[in-house]
Amino acid sequence: MSTTPATSGTFDETSVLARAREGDVAAFGELASRYEQSVFRIARQITQNDEDAEDVLQESFLKAYEHLDSFQGQSKFYTWLVRIAVNEALMKLRKRRTSKTVSLDEQLDTGEDLVVREIAVWDGTPEDRYAREELRGILDKAIQSLPPIFRSVFVLRDIEELSTEETAQVLDLSVPAVKSRLLRARLQLREKLTRYFKRKGDDVFAYM
Amino acid sequence: MLTCKDFLNELNAYLDQDLEESLRREIELHLSECPNCWVITDTTRKTIQVYKGNTPHTVPEGVHARLMAALEKRRTGKGPGGSSSAP
Repeated sequence: MSTTPATSGTFDETSVLARAREGDVAAFGELASRYEQSVFRIARQITQNDEDAEDVLQESFLKAYEHLDSFQGQSKFYTWLVRIAVNEALMKLRKRRTSKTVSLDEQLDTGEDLVVREIAVWDGTPEDRYAREELRGILDKAIQSLPPIFRSVFVLRDIEELSTEETAQVLDLSVPAVKSRLLRARLQLREKLTRYFKRKGDDVFAYM
Repeated sequence: MLTCKDFLNELNAYLDQDLEESLRREIELHLSECPNCWVITDTTRKTIQVYKGNTPHTVPEGVHARLMAALEKRRTGKGPGGSSSAP
């Protein structure tokens, strides 16, 4: 299970940050070692591609290094870094879809249309039914079909376990906006996964 | 009396255990009487768990080294940097 990396160990972030600010590359390397897994995971989930995720990771850390002076310390370094990484990842998506603009406001909800069509219990656990790689393929496919902003909210809240407030800060959204997007993201994923994981012949009503 | 729609709007708060006691009790009463909402709750909880449990926690080999090389390159101004991986 993932946790925000800043919470454990004897790592003295303030002093490492101070050294990094003075241009100490080794100190910045310590920060990178600490947070690169998390940044990579987020970038990978948003871009759905290892190569793009590595590009995003590199670009994010380079930007962070170059702009360390503008990090005021009002938020956690981790939150600041994730904000850069999410922006880089979304930019990557925009570049990839040149013909179709990806906007943070894409598919804004009207407030009423919560998606609940498939209501069926799952058969055992997904881990028992599918081999690891196959399961990952299913999870990737489902998350890929979400609008980027829903995907980002889900990844930050439910995979990286940022708080609602931190997620709002990272994505420049209000707290209610994070909450409503998270609900829609969870329900849409639930819907898609149910098609794979449901007990056969158990639909209450299959397709509307 | 809680409707299914009311319930759905509180689903996240319920799953995240972020509800006042009285509302939580109302929801649990609703769940004990409404199989559809029970299934939605159960499968949404499992959706979150399956993502949490199956997201890789390691970065591909060489990522850190390439990052440090790119950083060094950018720092010493040997090149424009760019977003591609260093050799």
